[in-house]
Amino acid sequence: MTDIIADTSKSRSELAIIIAGVARDPLGLIGLIIVGSIVFSAVFASWIVPYDPIAMNIPDRMQGPSGTHLLGTDQLGRDTFSRVISGGQVALKVALPAIFGAMTIGLTLGMIAGYGPKWLDNFLMLLFDTIRSFPTVMFALAVVALVGPSLQTVVFVVMATSIPTYGRVARTQTLTLRNSEFILAERAMGASMARILGVHMLPNIIGVLAVLAAMDIPTVIALEAGLSFLGLGVKPPTPSWGVLLKDGYALIRQTPWLVVGGGLPIILATLGFTFLGESLRDVVDPKLRKNR
Amino acid sequence: MTETLLEIDNLSVDYETARGDLKALRDISFDVNRGEIVGIVGESGCGKSTLISAILRLIAPNTRFRNGAIRFKGDDLLTRTEDQMRALRGGDISIVFQDPMQTHNPVITIGKQMVDIQHRAMTSKKEKLATAAKMLGAVGIPDPEARLKQYPHEFSGGMRQRIAIAMALMSEPDLLIADEPTTALDATLEVQIIERLKDLQRDFGCAILFISHHLGVIAELCDRVVVMYAGAVVESGTVREIFHNPKHPYTRRLIECDPGHIKARARILPTIPGEVPDLANLPDGCIFRDRCDQAVACCAQVPPLTRLSEGHNAACWLNHAEEVA
Repeated sequence: MTDIIADTSKSRSELAIIIAGVARDPLGLIGLIIVGSIVFSAVFASWIVPYDPIAMNIPDRMQGPSGTHLLGTDQLGRDTFSRVISGGQVALKVALPAIFGAMTIGLTLGMIAGYGPKWLDNFLMLLFDTIRSFPTVMFALAVVALVGPSLQTVVFVVMATSIPTYGRVARTQTLTLRNSEFILAERAMGASMARILGVHMLPNIIGVLAVLAAMDIPTVIALEAGLSFLGLGVKPPTPSWGVLLKDGYALIRQTPWLVVGGGLPIILATLGFTFLGESLRDVVDPKLRKNR
Repeated sequence: MTETLLEIDNLSVDYETARGDLKALRDISFDVNRGEIVGIVGESGCGKSTLISAILRLIAPNTRFRNGAIRFKGDDLLTRTEDQMRALRGGDISIVFQDPMQTHNPVITIGKQMVDIQHRAMTSKKEKLATAAKMLGAVGIPDPEARLKQYPHEFSGGMRQRIAIAMALMSEPDLLIADEPTTALDATLEVQIIERLKDLQRDFGCAILFISHHLGVIAELCDRVVVMYAGAVVESGTVREIFHNPKHPYTRRLIECDPGHIKARARILPTIPGEVPDLANLPDGCIFRDRCDQAVACCAQVPPLTRLSEGHNAACWLNHAEEVA
């Protein structure tokens, strides 16, 4: 299986072509800028934040936006802007590993289900359907009740509940492809199963899944925020957009800026990743890549 | 002396269906010699495709080999394991499929596909790319180095089919199976592909098993012809014998029905009346009897494929004067 996964890495030039294609589309460019700034601010969070996001300063509590505190402060006097930036870091720390893990596992299982024997397909589909039959939040509640709230728990819950989505898409694509003439041609030319799956089917499936993943990231970010809002996600004092919203919700009469600070990035991230995902969908399909 | 490369010996293949066994191939026998081009002709559903999938053993799960043998270079392919078969496919036996628009992976560049198909060769990627470019040049694709970087949709249908031929010949096979390679192309391209195949066959010296329902193409390209009808060989012989001296009523009617053969402008194009018999429920006697205008009493018996002259066989009682009389 390792050689199959190794093949997912696109060469630099291909990546450059894709990025250039996305940037040419106005919505794609907006998405790219938003996503780029979120990623940038998350990576360099410790240099960007003006204050320590968990340092309390009770005398300056619940202030509005000002030159010293760009987005004001919360009930404990912590700088909201610093907490928003660090919250982005937490959001990506959950979303990226969870999505990557779910995509890799879902892709592998889905391709096996689609290409392998019928009984294995049935078994995997049963497994996927079983997982999908749990409502995500209920499943999260159960897991948190068992192992306690933490970042890892959120990642695990998101990953486990997303695998069936990727698995099903990968399976459907594999099923469509396995009877296509070029796969038959490959078989007639003596390609092994690993070669057919890894070299020939994977590039046909990965684009669809990458688009799905890009569109899925905001859902995961919202889920993390939701779980944190319910107190099931990251533990305080770690800043998360969900925690920010939760505090802001309680204090909305005293200071509305916490809700803005927690809500706006979620909205921006959702828009950004969705624009990027849609634009990516148009670009990664070489059949649509006519005019270049 | 010519050496037999592929020998199909009394091959019978059934498809197990809910309606009972579909007798897709019945007692098929013919040879392909080294460096020879053999055409297989017959209407749709006569078992041409089943024959190819049987040779390569890329069969549907409900396929059953009833009896007979497929001997390639003397050893029976039906006794080979799946791994041994896989080594043969794209090695000693290659294939070109019917529809060039579907035969390449749409999301991988032609160069990458042509490098990938050389997975058995123990050469560097650079050498494989050079081989790929050389092969593209050999099938007449201009500027091959640059075109290796392009995707299949950037080529025309005729070019794609030539690329498919290049890929099939890359392993320098002993036998190239061409499954109606020109059916999906227009007439001018058809000629182009045929000429190309002829040239390549001369250069590479491989035998070609050419499947088509187009008699003109067969006459142009092949050395020998096997005429199939409803899963059986009705006549086989040299191109000259088959086209000038057909000995089976089906072959005769098939030639009459070829639009290229009709001289005068006709109001109604000739056809063969009737339908191909139901293969799951075969009638007794000669399978062509119901559609044959020369059927006689003894056609109630299955006629054997009989040798009429050197390299010319037909399965019809009319060639057995004493029994018809």
